[in-house]
Amino acid sequence: MQGMDSAADVATRLGATGYLADDELATVVFLASRMQRPLLLEGEPGTGKTALAEALAQSLDLPLVRLQCYEGIDASQALYDWDFPRQILHLRALEAAGEVDSDEAEKSLYDERFLLSRPVLAALRQAPAVLLVDEVDRADDEFEAFLLEVLSTWQVTIPEFGTVTAPEPPLVVLTSNRTRELHDALKRRCLYHWIDHPGLEREVEIVRSRAPEVSEALARQVVGLVQQLRQRDDLLKPPGVAETLDWARALTYLGTAELDLASAAATLGALLKYREDADRVKAALDRMLSR
Amino acid sequence: MNAVLHEADEVLLGFTRALRAAGVPVTQDRAHGFLAAVAAVGADDRQATYWAGRATLCGSPDDLARHDEVFAAWFDPRDGLPRARPREASRPSTAQLLPDAEGAGGGDEAGEEDLVRARASEAEVLKHRDVATLDAAEKRRLASMFVRLSLRPPARRTARHQRWHRGELDASRTLRNSLRHLGEPGEIAWRRRGTRPRRVVLLVDVSGSMSPYADALLRLAHRLTQSARSVGGGVETFTVGTRLTHVTRALRSPDADRAIVAAGEVVPDWSGGTRLGETLRVFLDRWGQRGMARGAVVVVFSDGWERGDAELLGEQMARLKRVAHRVVWVNPHRGKAGYEPLQGGVVAALPHCDDFLAGHSLATFADLTEVISRA
Repeated sequence: MQGMDSAADVATRLGATGYLADDELATVVFLASRMQRPLLLEGEPGTGKTALAEALAQSLDLPLVRLQCYEGIDASQALYDWDFPRQILHLRALEAAGEVDSDEAEKSLYDERFLLSRPVLAALRQAPAVLLVDEVDRADDEFEAFLLEVLSTWQVTIPEFGTVTAPEPPLVVLTSNRTRELHDALKRRCLYHWIDHPGLEREVEIVRSRAPEVSEALARQVVGLVQQLRQRDDLLKPPGVAETLDWARALTYLGTAELDLASAAATLGALLKYREDADRVKAALDRMLSR
Repeated sequence: MNAVLHEADEVLLGFTRALRAAGVPVTQDRAHGFLAAVAAVGADDRQATYWAGRATLCGSPDDLARHDEVFAAWFDPRDGLPRARPREASRPSTAQLLPDAEGAGGGDEAGEEDLVRARASEAEVLKHRDVATLDAAEKRRLASMFVRLSLRPPARRTARHQRWHRGELDASRTLRNSLRHLGEPGEIAWRRRGTRPRRVVLLVDVSGSMSPYADALLRLAHRLTQSARSVGGGVETFTVGTRLTHVTRALRSPDADRAIVAAGEVVPDWSGGTRLGETLRVFLDRWGQRGMARGAVVVVFSDGWERGDAELLGEQMARLKRVAHRVVWVNPHRGKAGYEPLQGGVVAALPHCDDFLAGHSLATFADLTEVISRA
């Protein structure tokens, strides 16, 4: 991986894309690239796990290949498939030309141009690249075993085609929301990092860096309020950094220079996604804003 | 720091051993990864070493907390020597805690004779006895009967299709078939939606009022985990009381006794109070809402003696109901004569349950597995 010489360098590069990484995260990313190990990120939703992969790809000027996991995903959706309609067309074309030798024809059918690369294969073939395996905890454990194999050998075998090996291992970021305990074998392959909610100053910096259109004063107010909300323990879903950003942007689009009760109540939907939460916060907003 | 540079590897490996003693599962390859990571960041950088340790040796937030403790103890020696303070698991096991789970030998022999004399009818009677009233020998005999329980995990439809001899047209497979015949129309393939086992989540109340049942319920959880595993189903188990503890991993051991002792070791709140509402909220926040309970069959084993806020319990049960596919409440007292669901907790929770079952004997456990399978 070109240019990632130290943790400080990683932080600078990420910072240039607007992603503010603290020293620990920068060190872990540096280690992942140096040790060629996948990086497993866990933490509350909205703390920037997915955004890290995007920022990494951007900062290294590498393509980002994203694999969204879901229940029931299997290898053919993650790896490759064959383009059947085009294969048939090709076969018809051969027939029309009148030169069908069945062995030859079959060989030409399983040619690279009919191979549809799904994310993992695409990442191996495009390497160097950043491969984001998002919400790996949603996939089933069989899929985890399959991932483990790819992540330890950096190669994939297609029966009709042969083995594809990455010239350079991609930088892999796995994210998990801990809905399910991942298998130990997979965790052992990875470097582990838990992303927490940022502190007040850092979150203000993040808002300023990701959404420069938001004024400093508004950013401070918004973050202050969000941090207070995270302290409460009666919210079903405490807002993440992503929600803070959404809210700050929403307020700015409405031309709000300073947070007041009316504008806050009108835009609360950007911040809280449960009716119960919204009700509770609305009831407390007056007091929180007057502080 | 000189000493560290000199015998860096030894000190670092010593640290991994101390960490293992503190309960973090540090394997050989993880330790190697740690050494490599420290080499990459430089052993003289204390902070980077700390981060390298967190990244390579830990796998969960619990591990992180233990890592920090041991790191401080190992690298900031107070008396000049690195030392570890391994935290021993000093909690009594279930076997010791639960009355007469491990009974006297004499009673056992007598029980053995009984078994020979009238095995069938005895077993039949035992099946319907309240597990809280059994003596040690009877408990042991009952334990061996748990094997007969087997869970057919409930199924759910998946987005993926599978081959079937009728149903809807499978265009891509039909195409592939005709490809095999060089493009001549071939056999038409059909497909239908596949099925997968639905997740089952067990929440076992281990508070004081439930302690006569805790052993039997964990045994049941173990049995369900094992029999569902053999057909690819997932059973997740938590104990609730004053705290929420994830015990699935402990229950995966095929040996029931060992599994229950292991589960007993990780549960910090045996026979404590009941704050079901709060622990349920922790469950939903940390696991449930994010996916563990989503679309799952959730079984709550509790007598509903709620010491906390019954209103909170009702609220959380409503939340659970919205996330889960089916919510089953199992109450050991339900099956007893004269029982009325009057406790505050039960009253608050019942409107949000799909089933309200008894759970005091092997026979009622069998009914429960039937309900789960049909969910």
